[in-house]
Parts: sequence; structure tokens; C-alpha cells
Amino acid sequence: MDANDVPQDRIPTYGGRRKLFYAVDRDGSYVAVRSSGWEAEAVATGSALEEIECLRQDAWRRAQAGTTSPLEYYMTCRRMDLALLAQTTGYSPWRIRRHFRPAVYARLSDRVLSRYADALGIESVTLRALVERP
Amino acid sequence: MRQTLPFTHRQSAHCESGVMSALTTHAGLPLSEPMAFGLAAALAFALIPFVKLSGLPLIAYRMPPGAIIRGVRKRLDIGMRRFTFGDPEQGMAALDRALDEGRVVGLQSSVFWLPYFPEDMRFHFNAHNLIVYGRDGGDYLVSDPVFEETVRCDRASMKKARFAKGALAAKGLMYFVERLPAEVELGRAIPAAIRANHRVMAKAPLPFVGLRGMRRLGRSIVKLSRDPRRRDTYLPRFLGHVVRMQEEIGTGGAGFRFMYGAFLKEAAASIGEPALKEASAAMTEAGDTWRLFALRASKMCKGREPMNAPALSDIIMQCADREAAAWELLRIAARHR
Repeated sequence: MDANDVPQDRIPTYGGRRKLFYAVDRDGSYVAVRSSGWEAEAVATGSALEEIECLRQDAWRRAQAGTTSPLEYYMTCRRMDLALLAQTTGYSPWRIRRHFRPAVYARLSDRVLSRYADALGIESVTLRALVERP
Repeated sequence: MRQTLPFTHRQSAHCESGVMSALTTHAGLPLSEPMAFGLAAALAFALIPFVKLSGLPLIAYRMPPGAIIRGVRKRLDIGMRRFTFGDPEQGMAALDRALDEGRVVGLQSSVFWLPYFPEDMRFHFNAHNLIVYGRDGGDYLVSDPVFEETVRCDRASMKKARFAKGALAAKGLMYFVERLPAEVELGRAIPAAIRANHRVMAKAPLPFVGLRGMRRLGRSIVKLSRDPRRRDTYLPRFLGHVVRMQEEIGTGGAGFRFMYGAFLKEAAASIGEPALKEASAAMTEAGDTWRLFALRASKMCKGREPMNAPALSDIIMQCADREAAAWELLRIAARHR
């Protein structure tokens, strides 16, 4: 890649930051050049973020409708899936899935809830409620 | 190695090679990032169908996490200490102790819990490497190699980042340089590193690794486009995944090719082997071809260009051909002399 071709597309996923790339300058030597991002990367990251956002919105609707517990919504807020939440809390996936049932979730002890609070980085009081941006 | 010198932050293209370059340089053995990457024989390719990440096969453009640190350490015989912890509090105490002793410490961490990362880059990726060079009140002073400037991270977030669970969990991994070798023989280390890398790229006995793996990827794109059940939704997802792993994670597939090209250029000068310069140019061409693939594939995924699987497959085959040409030059240049 020519040093002049290092993309400067100012992609939103970089949040205004720049990454470093190695490129070839006019006399053929390698130089390090800062890049504000490339459209192709933005597309790829964007579609991964879209997938995450879809899951979050879907869980939000179901949590509001009361068909799932706030726990599932908060899990998607932290970009986690069931397997990762299970590994982080040490609870088995089926046990967590049971906690997705609003009736079961409402009866959870403070101890269990504090484990979720720790894993998700969300305060227990917030876990008891349903907040869109925890 | 106790150092009283102030630590100098330098931005790098990739976290692990950047950390290794910064740690050795700070300890008194100046090593550029491409040199660290090349000496570790870290260039690779793998498409592993039976390891899935949310339903998509694992694809890697470099050796697995940890290979650069280990590779440089072994190749140059650098004395390093490395620790993992079962108990997060112990891990944090050990970090504080090392910092109080004046050490500059490398850490493995999750990207997601690092507050200084932009929101859109925060995924649950556990094999990010960074350097902590000091403490100030409740904050750690961080030199994250992929950032332009030094940053800060509060203690609670650092603990979460170091002890995040899941794939490639860091278990609080921390490491630092303790002893430098008496002398470094680049004239021996560079050819040996190139030979080791040649074995991975050209001679791996597995069909999904190295040049064979690339050609397999090329064929599988065409195969997917002929499968009516996977053509319409899975194929674009798969291509998006290939591009994302190529361009976003680490420094990307093309980025690694350019970094290896930079290594070969530097190596050519430092050991006086002009053939490495020629190989560097071939590797640069391979990187350019990977970039062309990313550009076309991302347009096709977005529907800005009609899906043309044979054309994409063809570009991958060109990548493989170009890299094969580079490795043939390197095989000859790095033969035992």
C-alpha cells in the first residue's frame, strides 16, 4: 500500500481516533502512517454492531412486554451471549435461562443478584428495575 | 531489569507486537514493531471450520495470541517473568507491587471493559495486550500500543478487563522483561525466524493452514455461492466476517502482510541480504491484493455491487499466489548459509 493511499475515511467506529498502518513511501521504504479508518472496515464493523443492536432492541421489547426478565436485556446491553454470561457468573446456562423468566427473576435473592451485578457491571438496584441505558 | 528511565509511548499497528517492541526497547534492546513481529514468525493464515464464533468459522491472519511474546523471547533469549492469577485481588496486588518496584508491565486484557476504547470497538475480545507504566491516585497509567497517546484506566475497570472470562481468558496475565541477552545475533536470528515462518505458511500439514488454507477459502466462497440454502444469507455474513477479521481485529490480514513487508525491508538492511528486499515487495503486493478483496467483498455485502463469488474467489487465489511467490524467495534467501 502506498503511503498516500492509506485510507482517511474518518469512519465513525474509530470514535475520532486514528490507527497506525505500515505503508510504502515514494522511494520504496516502509513508513508508519496514521489512518482515520477505511470504509471497508466500517462496513464490516457496522454489520457486527447492527447484529448486536438488533438483539438489544428485541430483548428490550420483550422485557418491556414482560415476556422476559430485565436480566436478558442487560446481558445484551453488555454485548454478552448466554455462554459468556454463564462463564462470567459461574452459573449454568439453563439456570440463567430460568432467570430470564420474569416470575423467577423477581424472586432472586440478593446474593444471586449481586453475582449478576458483578458480571455485568450494573448495580443491583438497577438490575431489579428495567432501565434502557444501564 | 529495574529501570528509572521514563517510559516512552509509541503507537503501533498491532497490540502484541507493539507491547513486545516497547518492553524490549524500554529495557535497553531497541526493537521496532515489524522486527518483533518478524522475529516471532507471527505471520500466518488459518481458516478453521470446526471452531465457530457465533456460527462462523475461526479465521486468523497471524499466529495465535501469545505467540509474538513467546516468539521474540525465545528467538532472542530474553529473560521474562510471566504470571497468571486465580484470585483477581492477588493479581491486582501483584501489578501494584511490580509498578512500585519501577517495572513497566505488560498485561493481557479484554477490550470490552477498557473505558478508554471507543464504544464501537468494545467487543468481548480477551487477548488484547497493553502496558501499564505507572500509577496515579486510583488510576493506572496505560500505554496502549494501538492508541495515539497514553491513556488512563481506573482500578475497577482494569480488574474487570484483566479477569474477564470466556474464550482466550487472560486470567490476569502480566509479564515483564527481567534480563536481556548478552548479545543479539540478528544474522542468525532473522534467517531462523523466516525459516520457521516458511514452515507455517508453506509446509503446514493441515489443509486449512497457510497457503493451502487461503486456497481453501477461495474455493469455499464459490462452493457457498452454489448452495441455494446458504447463498443468500450465510454467504454475505461469512464474507463480512472474513473482512472484519481481516481489517478490524488486530491490524488485519492486509495489515499483517504490510508489517511483514516492513520487517523484511528492515531485515534486508540489517543483515545485508538484498533478496529480502525483493521478497518484501512481493509481500506488499500480497497485502494490496488482500485490501482489494476487502473492498470488493464489503461492497458486495452492502449490495453496492452485485454478488460475484467467482471474482472474489479469484482475488483470494491471487493473494495465495503472491504470498507463495514471496515465500519461495524467502525459502531460498533464508537457507542455511
